[in-house]
Amino acid sequence: MRTLEQTTQEVLDLAATHFQLPAGSLAPGDDFFKKLGIDSLQTLEMLSRLENHFGIELPDYEVQGVSDFKTLAERIQSRL
Amino acid sequence: MKSFTGKTLRWEWREGVIELTLDHQPANEIGTAMLTELEKFVAAFGALAPETSVCVISSARKSVFSAGGDLRELYVTAAATAAKDRPTGVRAFLERIHAVMNAIDEAPFVTIAAVHGACLGGGLELALACDMIIADKMARFAFPELRLGFIPGFGGIPRLKRDLGNAFVRDLLFTGRTVNATRAQAVGLVAQLAGEGEALRIARSTAAQITKYDAVARAAAKKFIKPIPREELRREIDLFCELFTRPSVMAALKKFVEDSGPMPYLP
Repeated sequence: MRTLEQTTQEVLDLAATHFQLPAGSLAPGDDFFKKLGIDSLQTLEMLSRLENHFGIELPDYEVQGVSDFKTLAERIQSRL
Repeated sequence: MKSFTGKTLRWEWREGVIELTLDHQPANEIGTAMLTELEKFVAAFGALAPETSVCVISSARKSVFSAGGDLRELYVTAAATAAKDRPTGVRAFLERIHAVMNAIDEAPFVTIAAVHGACLGGGLELALACDMIIADKMARFAFPELRLGFIPGFGGIPRLKRDLGNAFVRDLLFTGRTVNATRAQAVGLVAQLAGEGEALRIARSTAAQITKYDAVARAAAKKFIKPIPREELRREIDLFCELFTRPSVMAALKKFVEDSGPMPYLP
């Protein structure tokens, strides 16, 4: 079972890899819309990437209003 | 017409396969412009059918198959129309799009939707009219209409009910959530799962296999296993028009089209 810290780090690593950012350039408290500059379609793509990575389903309504990596990781953790 | 390039889509016939490519900025929204060209497309079926085995429908847009009906156009048109006249205009549009979807649904050749990215609302309804969906593993599917106060209007519920079990149909409709391709395949919505960026290639490979079969047997099998739920489709148009007349729908659409944030307004 992953810890929340591990889940958060995996979310950050996944985002950094996909958006080709330097490792360590993203922090748990970052606003991913601002930091990654993503639109709604890219957000859906990111959701698929996270679901495939963690092997879970994350309904949109559970991440509605979420904009930082830490809270996103918490929502993922509750589905693991 | 063996090939056509319009403002929102293009198609090309080659060796028994028609490839229809949606290419309308920003996200292949299905409004009047795309509907008009889809009508042109299905009007060509009569001439193309005798020498066509398969039609593959895909998108040239990044990250999206189709975001669905053009809600901006729907709102702007409705807002410029007297409330009492709105159902007439909406019904006329729905009658036209239903004719297109039915023509694709019952085409005398096999239809494959090669889906990548977001496949939402009317986009999912277009994919559902096809015989098979081949999906990129990053694809996502949803019917978000109830979140705005109406129902899918391009034949979505009857076709979803025709093909899938109630648990998934209700989950998709009542939550409006997006589901990933793996889940969509598990419930039977997606026929084949493709690796990232591979959906069109796999659809072409599948099409090449299908072209080997006897055309009469293939058409007969399709007619036998895929009846069109005409009565429910008629009722869907009525229900959509009935729901659309409510002021709350216009208010929700207004919020949706005016939202300039990274995620559109959806309650």
